[in-house]
Amino acid sequence: MTLLDIGIFCVGALLYAAFCPPRWRGWALMIASVIAIYWLQPTLNIRFLDFWLPTLTLIITLLCWLIVRQPEGHEPYLGREDRLTSGVVIGLVLALAANRYLAPEVRLTPSRPPEITTVILVLILIAALTLLVTRRWRDWPRWNQVGIIALVLLFVVIKTEPLAQGISSILRAGVGQDTSLASIVDIGWLGFSYVAFRLIHTLRDHQTGILPALNLREYLTYVIFFPAYTAGPIDRAGRFIVDDVALPKLHGLDAARITEGAGRIVVGLCKKFVIADSLALIALDATKAEQSESVLALWVLLYAYAFRLFFDFSGYTDIAIGIGILLGIRLPENFDRPYLKPNITAFWQSWHMTLTQWVRFYIFSPLSRSLLRRRQRPSNDVIMLICHLTTMIVIGLWHGVTWAFFMWGMWHGLALFGHKLWADRTRAWVRGLGERPRLKAAYTVGGVLLTFHFVTLGWVWFALPDVGLAWSVFVRLLGLA
Amino acid sequence: MSSWGWLTEGIAAYNWRFVARVVVKAGLLFVLLNVAHALLEPMPLIGRLTLHNHLLPGRARLPYGEHPAAYNLSVDSLEAMFATHEISQPKAADEFRVLLIGDSATWGVLLRPEDTLAGQINAMAYMLDDGRTVRAYNVGHPMLSLTKDLLLLDYAMQYTPDMIVWLMTLQSFERGRQLDAALVQRNVPQVHNLIVSYGLNLDAQDARLSEPDFFERTIIGQRRVLADWLRLQLYGVMWAATGIDQFYPEAYTPRANDFEADLSWLSYALPQSLTTNELAFDVIAAGLERAGDVPLLLINEPIFIADGENSELRYNFWYPRWAYDAYRVLYAAQAETYGWRYLDLWDAIASDEFTDSPVHLTSQGMRQLAEIIGTVITDF
Repeated sequence: MTLLDIGIFCVGALLYAAFCPPRWRGWALMIASVIAIYWLQPTLNIRFLDFWLPTLTLIITLLCWLIVRQPEGHEPYLGREDRLTSGVVIGLVLALAANRYLAPEVRLTPSRPPEITTVILVLILIAALTLLVTRRWRDWPRWNQVGIIALVLLFVVIKTEPLAQGISSILRAGVGQDTSLASIVDIGWLGFSYVAFRLIHTLRDHQTGILPALNLREYLTYVIFFPAYTAGPIDRAGRFIVDDVALPKLHGLDAARITEGAGRIVVGLCKKFVIADSLALIALDATKAEQSESVLALWVLLYAYAFRLFFDFSGYTDIAIGIGILLGIRLPENFDRPYLKPNITAFWQSWHMTLTQWVRFYIFSPLSRSLLRRRQRPSNDVIMLICHLTTMIVIGLWHGVTWAFFMWGMWHGLALFGHKLWADRTRAWVRGLGERPRLKAAYTVGGVLLTFHFVTLGWVWFALPDVGLAWSVFVRLLGLA
Repeated sequence: MSSWGWLTEGIAAYNWRFVARVVVKAGLLFVLLNVAHALLEPMPLIGRLTLHNHLLPGRARLPYGEHPAAYNLSVDSLEAMFATHEISQPKAADEFRVLLIGDSATWGVLLRPEDTLAGQINAMAYMLDDGRTVRAYNVGHPMLSLTKDLLLLDYAMQYTPDMIVWLMTLQSFERGRQLDAALVQRNVPQVHNLIVSYGLNLDAQDARLSEPDFFERTIIGQRRVLADWLRLQLYGVMWAATGIDQFYPEAYTPRANDFEADLSWLSYALPQSLTTNELAFDVIAAGLERAGDVPLLLINEPIFIADGENSELRYNFWYPRWAYDAYRVLYAAQAETYGWRYLDLWDAIASDEFTDSPVHLTSQGMRQLAEIIGTVITDF
């Protein structure tokens, strides 16, 4: 999000708070979110793809909703509000497609949309598919699994360079563009990482029977809620819906809420646009790593990267939470002073908290339960090792399917396992430190410094896309070159 | 979240009176700070604050650059420019301080700091008879204007040079372009002072020399200058880490060797006789006067001499032969008339040692020039 985007969102949120009739607030959020996902989508090299990707987000969301919806009285057709929602969304997509006929300066889409007739044909196809699903196969019990697998596969495809390049090549050929220029950058699907996590969460919760009933408008708004669309946090549907349902009762211009929201936005702006963007000038990257002449310099660049990443990400989160507060949706916190935590477990309980909660809930816990239930189950230590490694490698690969992110996941997975062993074996001794406050303070400070530097060293894998370069930087940082 | 307690807790409930008070106080503070900034004009003071020469090494040349990979940027505050430069360090007892003033050739486009004229002279470690070591400082700046050079010379005199070497080429002499340099236009009071003090044949009322108005002196008006000052410090970290202060492209377009049958030079379409009034020799005279007792060596810097198509009409892309020849004759005559120490090195370097412009040299070419100038400095 640019400063202009954020400014417009803030003004829009204040106007919404001041003038939007209470019963229309939910609709306003959905309409704004649908428009925002087109508006925020960056321009892509493949013709019309920057229109089709947000459209595909809407279609996938609709299909997932069809899987998880719980119609009253097992009515196979869409209810009145869901039909209305579908109509509004189709109308919005067509209106956005009609931006094709507007001057570039006033378009809401990143580039010129495709022919409106093509868009209508695609929408008719989707509508037919929807009808088919709702009438014929609605009760098939495997839809949840199919949905999750399809999302994971789609995710892997767009995050794996050779696969994404292949897709780009096919799409380029389809629109008559040079296939030799195909690149993963062509498939810059804004927000899909977060959308996929939210959708998988709803499918899985539906499978286990804990997902609350959501109509299409609520579900769509939850999945693409615009303040959290590009960089999270990853809310839970059950929590989101509580705020969404309460929107009509919200006091529009509540001074406390507006002050809190505006405060968060200002703090986020400072973090992102003052601190993080300044640190970006000196933050570690591949070029700087190769140009750097000394170990000390490399450490400075790495520290800059560590703080830049924190201020950038937590700044965006503050802005998202702040706008959410203005709109009446209280998004979950994502950071809690992570660099001041005394151990790696505490770090991961305070860094990108909504993601770590997601993977704990949907990967770590099910995997550990599954291993524990095995007839010939491994030892507890082996189970912990497998679960920590799997969880952290998934988090790593979520950022991109590369060896560097794999190594980063391994780095943290092993550390979490190591800390678990350490904590188990030193629990009594640490408890005894309560009587020796100085030693306890020194232990805590030492833990904070050690954890911070461990995490910071781990960013080397994260910052440098090439594992060979990352390893050489690593060796240099440790003075082993 | 506990860290947000200061904002979200402690007061029973925010109300609009509280919000109004915050907005009014913040607004007043903002206005007050802007007015104070406009009245006090603290930018020269802020410009002198720098991490360079303290936490970070001083820069080997003045800040200049627009490419992010240069780890450098163009700033117009003389205070900030010189504060980051290694010349701001105290002068050593055995140092013979030489300032090298000039254009992009002296600054060293495409050359690493150690390959510039200053870097090469320092590498040769010339020693004077009295035991002092020649220490050259690169005070070149990549714009073609003698007035810009004079502005830098004037400011640099506070760093107690023992000698000044001023390298120049015809392109910097044209009177019409004297005020074109951004550095000149953003340091209007200093330029006005130079025009008045030395009676320069330049229009002090020229539209390019408009003083900033009140709004332009506020924090809002000076936000770019403030941001550049901050970025200059941050780029200093990269300078310290990499020793890089300009963007080095993998390939560049070499200076042209073939030309159209064109006899024009800047605003002169056809050959004509040039006079001392048309070229800014008065700016050189001002420089000599400003230098006072400090010896100042004037050098007509080497140019690329083409041998391709129409090279009988032009020396290079910049200069038709008629204009450049006339300039050299005029310059030599002026130097002789006024007793200037002048060295004409126009053809001192072979053509294949020029890179992307008629005056930019390769590292090898610069080494040859450094040998010539270094010898002159020690014999001075």
